[in-house]
Amino acid sequence: MPELGARPARRGWRWLLLIPILAPLPVGLYNRLEPQLWGIPFFYWYQVGCAVLAMAVTTFVHRMTRAGR
Amino acid sequence: MTVTARQVEIGVFAALLGAMLLLGFSAARWRRPHSLHSLEEWGVGGRAFGNWVTWFLLGGSMYTAYTYIAVPALVYGVGAAGFFAVPFAIITAPLAYLISTRTWSVSHAHGFVTSAEFTRARFGSRGLAALVAVTGIVATMPYIAVQLVALQAIMKTLGITGEWPLTVAVIVASACTFRSGLRAPALLSIAKDVLLLWLVLAIVLLVAMSGGWSAAFRGAGERFTNDVSPASGLLLPEGGWVGYLTLVLGSALAIFAYPHALTGILAARDRATVQRNAAALPVYCLALGLVAMLGFFAIGQGVRPVGGDLNTVVPQLFHEVFPAWCAGIAYAAVGVAALIPAAVMSIAAANLFTRSIYREYLRPGASPREEARVSRWVSLLAKFGALIFILLLDPQFSIEFQLIGGVIVLQTVPAVVLGLWTNWFHRWALAAGLLGGLGTGLLLLYLIPQRAPDGRILKAHFGGSNLPLSQLGFDTRSAVYTGLIALAVNLIIVVAATLLLRALRVPAGIDATRPADYFADATTAAPRHSDALLDGPTRPRVGAHAAR
Repeated sequence: MPELGARPARRGWRWLLLIPILAPLPVGLYNRLEPQLWGIPFFYWYQVGCAVLAMAVTTFVHRMTRAGR
Repeated sequence: MTVTARQVEIGVFAALLGAMLLLGFSAARWRRPHSLHSLEEWGVGGRAFGNWVTWFLLGGSMYTAYTYIAVPALVYGVGAAGFFAVPFAIITAPLAYLISTRTWSVSHAHGFVTSAEFTRARFGSRGLAALVAVTGIVATMPYIAVQLVALQAIMKTLGITGEWPLTVAVIVASACTFRSGLRAPALLSIAKDVLLLWLVLAIVLLVAMSGGWSAAFRGAGERFTNDVSPASGLLLPEGGWVGYLTLVLGSALAIFAYPHALTGILAARDRATVQRNAAALPVYCLALGLVAMLGFFAIGQGVRPVGGDLNTVVPQLFHEVFPAWCAGIAYAAVGVAALIPAAVMSIAAANLFTRSIYREYLRPGASPREEARVSRWVSLLAKFGALIFILLLDPQFSIEFQLIGGVIVLQTVPAVVLGLWTNWFHRWALAAGLLGGLGTGLLLLYLIPQRAPDGRILKAHFGGSNLPLSQLGFDTRSAVYTGLIALAVNLIIVVAATLLLRALRVPAGIDATRPADYFADATTAAPRHSDALLDGPTRPRVGAHAAR
């Protein structure tokens, strides 16, 4: 049943998922206090911000890979 | 007679918890299946949960009460290092998009309810499957126990002492699971999130009214500069990023090996449901980030833990800063957040036993009805085992065992996660790697002492999950998550042993899965398992999803 695993061209969009997976990993880069947001040090709001990034990118990938159906 | 604030808190807490459990009892009738007497229905909710129910259930089973209690407690104690739970939770979502969709498809095509069954089919070895199942059960049991520890911390703060309140809560919750299976925690998760949303709004308002985050972080910063510990602070200490990063990566991989996380995924209706949930799950990370930062807020407010038990920091904060009725709601939210994952975990452990041990070794011809019956009783056993564990032993033990559990479950990653992409590994190599990884992990954990902030050794063994590299002879203050070291050893053994066994022409297992199985969807799959035939793709949509 070749149609089951098909759409290889569209599945290329999944590489974008690397962005939210890698974003919270360079700990040395975001381990700092400034700039602050609402009094929250960068270290904390950057990581919480990564959650928003993950939602945006994953939703985008889902839409692009399902568009052909 | 005047009513004290405490009595209001206890009243609201008990009333809400009672209402929740009643809801759990009626869950058996919710979107009623023709019969609850099969593992497909009892154990994975008939694989019929849509986007919303799956989202609530996954949120309820992965973001546990222990998380909401222990993460801020850790942040309260050490600062930045305790925040690792947030990036860990974030990266699991895009990873789930890649990993869990494959797991869902192959499980749907073959009627698996656990990952051990997948291992059996993929690598053709029931011995390996039993080993994976036992590892999963051993790792899950202490995880159930720490949920009860979280519930106990709330009761302790409320001044409810003795063993009977916890026992009653566990008996009632177990009865819910026994009767309704996965439908009970699913329905409870929805109700819990209403309370959780209320809690989040209350926290945001509270922080805004008490000087905002800058005041909280300023207060916390002062305390961390003045305390003696070099490891605590608003930022990670020099070299601290290694331990932080490896803990994030190790915990994220472990989630895909934990049996209870899989149960929620398998209950999803189709592939798109799993994918949409991967996109929507980070919403919970926002709540987790907020709750984690409560640790700093608690420092700023001068909250002191009850009896020196850090786990009471959050409940104590609620008591000191919320009005009594609002604190009662908060306690109920965390209390239900303890009972939901405990239920899902006991179901997952029971399914592992039934499918990979009972049906394989004890009663090969077990009917679906018999499987469901065995799972029900084993789920009871799992919960009461955990209860007895924490009542008889120091709760500290269950926290240590949970730490060990993460390292243990990580060792099934080669078979359960990497196996989704390749069947190259030899079955006996996987078994050897698993055992080698377990041995390495336990040995390293045994070697880690617990140190007081000033460097004194409090406890010689099992003092944490990060191994100081100085202990291996490196001249550094960095530490590495033990689970990842053990997994590396595990993988080296798996690859070396596979090459060796192939060279010796030891027969490998037969792979019962086909490449197309990993992309199977609810509408395209050709189910081969008898259970899947019963309630598979032709099943009409009912209840909440009929309108879709």
